[in-house]
Amino acid sequence: MLNFLRNLDRRIVFALMGLAVAVPILTKLSFPEPVPKGTQPYKVFDQIENLPDGSRVLLSFDFDPGSQGELLPMAMAFTRHCAEKGHKMYFMCLWPLGEPFVEDAMNIILGEEYPDLTYGEDFMSFGYKPGNEAVIKNSIVDLKALFITDSRKTDLNAIPMTRNIKSAKSMDLIINISAGDPGTKQWVQYAATPADLPIVAGCTGVQAPLLYPYIPDPLKGLLPAIKGAAGYEQVMMDAYPHLADPAVIGSKYSSKAALQRMGPQFVAHILMVLFILLGNIIYFIDKKKGGA
Amino acid sequence: MASASVTNANSSNDGSGFGLGWAIVIGIFVVFSIGAWFALDAGKVYTLTETVTYSQVDDAWVSGAVDGAAQQVSWETSTAVNADTPGAALSASRTIGVWLAAILTLCIMSFLAGDNPFYKAAEAIVVGASAAYWMVLSFWTGIVDKLLVNLIPDITRAWAVPGLPESASFDVIYLIPLVLSGMLIWRLSPKGGWIARWPLAFVIGATAGFRLLSHLESDFLLQIKSTITPLYVTGADGFQFWPSVGALVILLGVLCCLVYFFFSMEHKGAVGKTARMGIYVLMVTFGAAFGLTVMGRITLLTERFDFLFREWLNLL
Repeated sequence: MLNFLRNLDRRIVFALMGLAVAVPILTKLSFPEPVPKGTQPYKVFDQIENLPDGSRVLLSFDFDPGSQGELLPMAMAFTRHCAEKGHKMYFMCLWPLGEPFVEDAMNIILGEEYPDLTYGEDFMSFGYKPGNEAVIKNSIVDLKALFITDSRKTDLNAIPMTRNIKSAKSMDLIINISAGDPGTKQWVQYAATPADLPIVAGCTGVQAPLLYPYIPDPLKGLLPAIKGAAGYEQVMMDAYPHLADPAVIGSKYSSKAALQRMGPQFVAHILMVLFILLGNIIYFIDKKKGGA
Repeated sequence: MASASVTNANSSNDGSGFGLGWAIVIGIFVVFSIGAWFALDAGKVYTLTETVTYSQVDDAWVSGAVDGAAQQVSWETSTAVNADTPGAALSASRTIGVWLAAILTLCIMSFLAGDNPFYKAAEAIVVGASAAYWMVLSFWTGIVDKLLVNLIPDITRAWAVPGLPESASFDVIYLIPLVLSGMLIWRLSPKGGWIARWPLAFVIGATAGFRLLSHLESDFLLQIKSTITPLYVTGADGFQFWPSVGALVILLGVLCCLVYFFFSMEHKGAVGKTARMGIYVLMVTFGAAFGLTVMGRITLLTERFDFLFREWLNLL
C-alpha cells in the first residue's frame, strides 16, 4: 500500500481532482459565505454604495475568456450594483476579448434585468482600444480625442452621457476587473495616482499579491479571485434581497455565480490538503526507516 | 512482438501516434455523443429570429418600414431562447459552436493523460485562430481607428466609421506614425534592414520614459508613504489593538526583507537573523501567492466543467 502511494500515478491525482470539482457542481453543493465587516468585499461595496445616486462610474473589463471563471461573476456583480444605485456606467476594455463581456453586461444584465435603463443615457460603451497604458494615460487627458466614437461607432457628442465629459477625471469612481497587464496595476499607475481618482478592483488570484501593496491608497478596495467575488455577491444579496430571487440566481449570469463556485473550491482544497498530508506522512515514514 | 510494443509506446509519447487506444476512445466518445444528443438534447441551442427594419425619413433614421422612405435597411437578429418558446428554431451555427467548444475543451484536457494528437490539433487551432484574430483586430483598431481616421477622415467615414464626426479633419501629426510604421516594415526588405532600428529605438525610448515617472510615483514614493504609518493606531473608540499589530507587522516585514536584500554587509549575527526573518516573510508571501494561484486554477476547471455540464450536456 505504502509503495503504491509512494509511486502514485499522477493521472490518479488528476482524476480525483476532477471528481472533487465535478461532483459538487453536479450536486450544486455550496456553503455559507460569511463576510466579516471591514473586509475587502465590504470596502469595495461601500465605495460604490456610498456614491450619490447617478454618479459617473468607469468600468474597465480588462480580461478575456481565459479568466472569465474568476472574473466574470464579479464583473456582472459590479454592473448590477451600479444599476441598483442608478449610477451612470461608462464601459471600456483594454483587452480585445473583453468586449463581448461588456456587450453581455449591457444586453443581458442591464437590458433584461433593468429594462428602464437606456443606452446613451444610463450606460454606454467606449469599446476596446489598443495601446495599453497609453490609453489610460490619455483617458485622463482627453477622452474624446482617444475615443472618437463609442463601440457602436456613434459620435460621442451625439450621446447624452458623453456630451459633457472631458476626461476620466470627470468620473467619480473607476472599477477595474483585471486579469493581468494592462489592468489594475496600470490603472493605479497612470490614472488613480496622477489624477487622484478613487479606484476599486477585482483581480485574478495570481495578481492579488502584487496588488495588495496598493491598498488602501490609491486602491480603495480589492476583490481577490473567486473568494473575493463570492464575498461581494453575499454582501450584495444582503443589501439587495431581490438579487436572491430564484429567477436572478437561475439566469445566465447568476447573482450567485461566484458563491456556487466556492463549493467545488472547498472540496478541491480539502483534497489538496489531504494529498499534502499524505505526502508528508510517507516522507516521514521513509525518513524514519532511513530510506529518504 | 516486444519491438512492436516499444515502437508503439514511443510514438504515443511524442503525441504523433494514433493507436488502437485512441481509436477506442473516439468510438466511445461518438457513442456517448449520439446518446447525449438524443437523450439530453446536448449542445442544442434554440433561437428566436426577428427582423429589424429602419427607414430614412428627412435625413433621420426611424424604426420600422415607412412608405416613401429615401432608404430602408433590414436585418435579422437572433436571440437564444428555451426550446419550448413559440417560434424557436434550432440554430445550426450556435449548436455547432457549443459542440466545437466542448470537443476542444476535452481535447485540451486530454493532455493530462499524456501528449496526444487531439491535444496537438486543438493547440494548433488555438494558435492559428489567435494569430488571425489579432491580425484582423490590429488592422481595424490600429490602422483604421487610429491612423486612417486622422489621415483620410472623409474616406474612412464613408467606408468604415460612419459615426466619425464631421469636424474630424486631416491631422498632420499622424504622418509621423505612418512614416515610423513604414520604416518598421522595412525590416522585411532584403536591403536596408537597419532602417527598422530607428522606430524601434523611438518606441523603446518613449516607453521607458513613459513608465519611469509612473513607477517612481506609484511604486516607489507612494509605497514609502504607505509604509510610514502610525504604530499606535487610534479610532473613534480610542486605541485599536489589531490595526496597531498590523502596522507593526508591515513595518517589521518591510525592514527584514530590505535587510535580506542588503548585500554590502555579511549576513552574520543580528544582520543574519534579521535577514533570515526576511526570508520567512518572503516565504509567507510566496505561499500566499501560490495558494491564490491554485485557487485560480481550480476556478478555471470549475468554469470549464460548468460549461460542459450546463451548456453542452444540459445536466444542470
